[in-house]
Amino acid sequence: MTALLQAQGLEVAIAGKRVCRDLDLAIERGQCWGMLGRNGIGKTTLLHTLAGLRAPLAGAIFLEDVILDTLPRHRIAQSIGVLFQHSEDPFPGTVLETALIGRHPYLIAWQWEGVEDRRRAWQALAAVGMEEMMDRQVATLSGGERQRLAIATLLVQEPRLMLLDEPANHLDLCHQITILDLLASQARDEGRALLMIGHDLNLTARYCDHVLLLFGEGETLCGEVAEVLTETNLERLYGCAVRCVEVDGRRLFVAG
Amino acid sequence: MRAPWLLAGLLLLSVASLIFALAAGSVTIAWSELWAFMSGGEESLGSSLVLELRLPRALAAFATGGMLALAGALMQVLLRNPLADPYILGISGGAAVGALLTMLLGAGGIWLTGSAFGGALLSMLLVFALAHGRGSWTATRLLLTGVVVAAGWGALISLILSLSPDAQLRGMLFWLMGDLSHADDPWPGLLVLVLGLALSLPLARNLNVLARGELQAGALGVAVAPLRVGVYLIASLLTAVAVTTAGSVGFVGLVVPHLLRLVIGNDQRLLLPASALLGGSLLTLADTLARTVAAPQQLPVGVVTALLGVPVFLYLLSRSHR
Repeated sequence: MTALLQAQGLEVAIAGKRVCRDLDLAIERGQCWGMLGRNGIGKTTLLHTLAGLRAPLAGAIFLEDVILDTLPRHRIAQSIGVLFQHSEDPFPGTVLETALIGRHPYLIAWQWEGVEDRRRAWQALAAVGMEEMMDRQVATLSGGERQRLAIATLLVQEPRLMLLDEPANHLDLCHQITILDLLASQARDEGRALLMIGHDLNLTARYCDHVLLLFGEGETLCGEVAEVLTETNLERLYGCAVRCVEVDGRRLFVAG
Repeated sequence: MRAPWLLAGLLLLSVASLIFALAAGSVTIAWSELWAFMSGGEESLGSSLVLELRLPRALAAFATGGMLALAGALMQVLLRNPLADPYILGISGGAAVGALLTMLLGAGGIWLTGSAFGGALLSMLLVFALAHGRGSWTATRLLLTGVVVAAGWGALISLILSLSPDAQLRGMLFWLMGDLSHADDPWPGLLVLVLGLALSLPLARNLNVLARGELQAGALGVAVAPLRVGVYLIASLLTAVAVTTAGSVGFVGLVVPHLLRLVIGNDQRLLLPASALLGGSLLTLADTLARTVAAPQQLPVGVVTALLGVPVFLYLLSRSHR
């Protein structure tokens, strides 16, 4: 089996700053990856690069052994879905209409969404607990509801690899768990994969089996959670003291 | 499905507005007579009035309104700014400078049309090249470039107006306000309107996605850069032909897409054809009023569209919950 997404010798920079240098990364089916690093270190830039939305300085990205930028955009969108940090809606639109745009990569130019597409959208909205709000205007939603709608749109897209930029943003404690449970189970049980950026070390430790740390100056470290998420690495990552404690057999991280 | 009904209703409105435009005027023509003229009855003063004067002008008004509303809807999505109108990127300014210079030199007819169209194309290419620059082609950069170029044209227009002899000022002001009294050839406009619709309709769902942001559109499989260039060219061409036909008729391009959005939402697959039909009907009606209300005096049609449109729009806005 080949890796779902593979990066070889990847070099990414933004505004003259190196995000990563000579990065080798292989995301396999069923894996959940976390990406950690300080503010402004380039996590989002790297995520967009992996999604094929911006070009790397050097190196190559393979989607199931095919070089990513040789594929047409709609083919990439059938395999890779992205949850962005911000959503824009300058024009009016309902919750259902917004979720339905997840079907865009599967429809040809003149085609309208059919019954099956609506069923998928309804299912995804139900999965994030928004089935009662289908006709609401997006502009009237709260921050957390918008985030859940964006996640539902991503589920409607049914990508094999989900690239998530701070998926727990704006979500209350309970929704953080139900939504991340949902996404992680999709990745693990349905042979897909996810990579999520986050600042909550405990959520990362709870849901991810692999992590990628961005130290800045192009330095990176990736590997399995148990080996990489250590006090020493995290202190170096954030430049402040981090303690690891064990509660009910689960590792918890607190700023020291 | 509400969509077919809405489009059928707008189609009906379009036909009604055209019939009204043919019947109304200094000589009122009865319905029965109108039918006889259209189906090729014997020639008379009435038939030549309808077929040679009113019909071309009504069709030109319809085409112009349709092109402006369609261009406005496209520009609003392209710039992701509900305040955008077809003129926001300076196309009408370029056309106006071309037209006014020709008037100042005392030329008219084909020269006027040609230089207005040339000015519009020049402005379109200028904004396109400047906005491209070396960096990326963001909506904000395009908007700012266009607005500044438009301001530059505005200054040139004022300069030309202040240098022009009084005898020509009235014609120039009418052109600037939008005027269909010289629009006697509707075919280029109708052709470009149909072409614009045919080119933009297959892109409509892509535009729905683009309205939610460039990155989001890219992630959902839209090839953003070619789409933006294509939409820019289509909207610019529509605007250039509209301005060449009738001068800078305001209001239609900004408000018609908005009016429809209040009623049917922002699905471009419906919004684009509906905008073309409603824009066309609105301008046909407005132009008929412009030439009948104060007859024999003719009003610039741009004044009528604004006087009619503003209260209607404000009323709908205050009632809407969107």
